[in-house]
Amino acid sequence: MSEPQITLYRLQACPFCERVVRTLNELDLEYRSRYVEPMHSERNVVKRVSGARSVPAIVDRETGVTMSESANIVEYLNGTYGEGGA
Amino acid sequence: MVDFDVVSLPETDHVAEGDTAPDFTRPLVNDEYWEDRALADAVDGPTLLLFHPMDGAFQGTYLYNTVDDHGWAADVDVLGVSISTPYAHKRLLADRGDGVRVFSDPGAGVIEEYGLAHDIDGMTGVTESRPAVFLLDADRTVEYAWVADEHPAFPDAEAIDDAVADLVD
Repeated sequence: MSEPQITLYRLQACPFCERVVRTLNELDLEYRSRYVEPMHSERNVVKRVSGARSVPAIVDRETGVTMSESANIVEYLNGTYGEGGA
Repeated sequence: MVDFDVVSLPETDHVAEGDTAPDFTRPLVNDEYWEDRALADAVDGPTLLLFHPMDGAFQGTYLYNTVDDHGWAADVDVLGVSISTPYAHKRLLADRGDGVRVFSDPGAGVIEEYGLAHDIDGMTGVTESRPAVFLLDADRTVEYAWVADEHPAFPDAEAIDDAVADLVD
């Protein structure tokens, strides 16, 4: 099984994370989900990869991009993988 | 020894030495996050696969203290399985089980496939795992197996030490 290029750091039932998932599905992109804890102090892995403890955060190994904030991520995904994207 | 009879568990057709450990995918929890993971992808060398009762029961606490005391995680990959949630596994791993990752199997589907299901008296609707130990080589062949046939029962740490030494040397 080949590993998906996109890793999504998410929190269970977080609406901003679900928004990113919706976009990933719309664009038919493969991704893997890594779930973290609700407590900010327990999200060191997210801080390490993205520089902040906020979720959602994505790591796209295809492009080398790491990004936080759902609005930014959705814009990035649509711009990179959507119709008319690069 | 205790001076009363421990409960004998019924015979079970469980995964045994020489078998290939059945593959499965479940959330695999480390001390930072969890993600769906197939056993076949998680096993890339000698691996100790430990099934145990739900997190919080003293058997699991005792098991991970034994893992730490014997330093098995330094010699082989150590993977646990229980019916507890990823959140419970995170709490468990915060206190013990250094370097261990634990699969979450709340519906006990993996536990049933391995022949380890144990219905606990007085906890209606809960299917538990018998304590069980499987030492796997890199292609998931079972080199050593132990499955509890009494309740309660604990794995023999010295036997596991010997099996790990045989496989790693």
